[in-house]
Amino acid sequence: MRKIIAFMMIALFAAGFAFAGAAKESATVSTDGSTSMEKVILSLAEQYMADNQDVNVTYNPTGSGTGITAALEGRCDIGLSSRALKAEEVASGLKETIVALDGIAIIVNGDNTVSDLTIEQIAALFSGDITNWNEVGGPDAPVVPIGREAGSGTRDGFESITGTEDVCKYSQELTSTGAVITAVAQNPGAIGYASLASNLDSVKTLTVEGVAPSEETVKSGEYKIQRPFVFATLADKPLSDAAQKFFDYCVSSDAASIIAGAGAVPVAD
Amino acid sequence: MNLSQYIAEKGYKDNPRRLVEDLIQLVFLILGLVAVGSVLVITVYLVVSGLPAIFKIGPVEFLFGTRWASTASEPAFGILPFILTSIYGTAGAIIIGVPIGFFAAVFLAKMAPKKVREVMELCIGVLAGIPSVVYGLVGMTILVPGIRILFNVPDGATLLAAIVVLAVMILPSVINVSLSALQAVPREFEEASLALGATSTETYFRVTVPAAKSGIFTAIVLGIGRAIGEAMAIMMVAGNVANMPSIFKSVRFLTTAVASEMSYSSGLQREALFSIALVLFLFIMIINAILNVLKTGGKRK
Repeated sequence: MRKIIAFMMIALFAAGFAFAGAAKESATVSTDGSTSMEKVILSLAEQYMADNQDVNVTYNPTGSGTGITAALEGRCDIGLSSRALKAEEVASGLKETIVALDGIAIIVNGDNTVSDLTIEQIAALFSGDITNWNEVGGPDAPVVPIGREAGSGTRDGFESITGTEDVCKYSQELTSTGAVITAVAQNPGAIGYASLASNLDSVKTLTVEGVAPSEETVKSGEYKIQRPFVFATLADKPLSDAAQKFFDYCVSSDAASIIAGAGAVPVAD
Repeated sequence: MNLSQYIAEKGYKDNPRRLVEDLIQLVFLILGLVAVGSVLVITVYLVVSGLPAIFKIGPVEFLFGTRWASTASEPAFGILPFILTSIYGTAGAIIIGVPIGFFAAVFLAKMAPKKVREVMELCIGVLAGIPSVVYGLVGMTILVPGIRILFNVPDGATLLAAIVVLAVMILPSVINVSLSALQAVPREFEEASLALGATSTETYFRVTVPAAKSGIFTAIVLGIGRAIGEAMAIMMVAGNVANMPSIFKSVRFLTTAVASEMSYSSGLQREALFSIALVLFLFIMIINAILNVLKTGGKRK
């Protein structure tokens, strides 16, 4: 009993010191926006906060549109957008900085003879306009579109790039990239999508309009199924010191491995 | 002052053992309250976080709407497909699982030789201990492609796959509860029947089974409870598309509707997921109420 009490006292002291440490004045960098960028921004924030104990980076997952508005109205330091800013958004006083690129691979079963599709064909396959692979030069087999659950960043990215928001007729909606890959590997008629960073050995990765997805083709813009991860900031008003430092860190080459680890393609060399 | 009065009243001074007894009782009472407290916290939390969205969406639209598109530009939150899928899926699992489990229990209780019985009971015990994710994994890699090939459908991740997985999952509870009900029937009943010239099979089905009726119903209701609450295994085999249920369609259950969208949800979508959980909770409560009625009804006889 005495030991337990002693242990608890020590634990309490330790907790007290830890809180005292955290209570030291800290600067806050607030980010707000795209849910697709959650993994990238949280990985960056985690690493940055580990390196700089006195800075607190917050993230509010609201969506690209809301994030851009928040940045414009000064409600956050950095707005996060998983699409390029529109001309009128830039005109209203925002600056766009591309931090990373998100490439999405289109995958089919290894037995499928189709190896190249256009974006229109991909959209038609997922929306149910094409229901048999022989319409795109493949075998006579039904098309089985396999996707991610509503709210997933990969799904949002894929659907916004191919213009299939709300019209995809999925046969399965799975909750992880791994499950999508497994399902595609098992069904000869399946087609799915997965982040480029995932392990795609068990399935066949299609070329899109003749370009195979890779870090290089995404970076050069040749591979079409990609989108930018953008930091939106006010053009004429400088960031606070803490925010500027975090911003510089994110676009620096130090952050590249963190961004790659979160499944995106870093733009800094 | 009060404390010393209390001590005097209880007679702790003369009898320190009583103090120890009472203290131990208090400790056990607190431990018992942990379970009660958890139920209360969960219930209150679910109601508080689940009700607002129902009224924001509209109770009728929420419960009877047939379209679920939580992240669409014009979101729709109708959970009728989930409710019906849960009911159909559970009913299907019961239709397949209960006869198998029931006859297996009769065989084990009355007909099986001792050796066979021991081996089978061991297997059933193992079946009960297999985690649901393993059921899902096996279903995903064997059952789903199997259904695709066997029934020549484009995709095997269907309601049928979920029903088969659930039917296997409820087997242990159905068998074990029916088995103990059958074994509890007094031998005299059977002996009387046999003495009157009935064959063994007649005796089992006309005397033993009717006598064990309430126990067997309990087994079925337990099976329903297990099937309706399962999420992990069916999330891996049912395809999770919010279709109206049909045997060869990809479907989403109440449980999987909550589980599959929770991680990235926000705003009204997240609140609606809590509302689904609340509906599921009510289903389970109703099943538990039926179970209690069955149990007390069985005792009165």
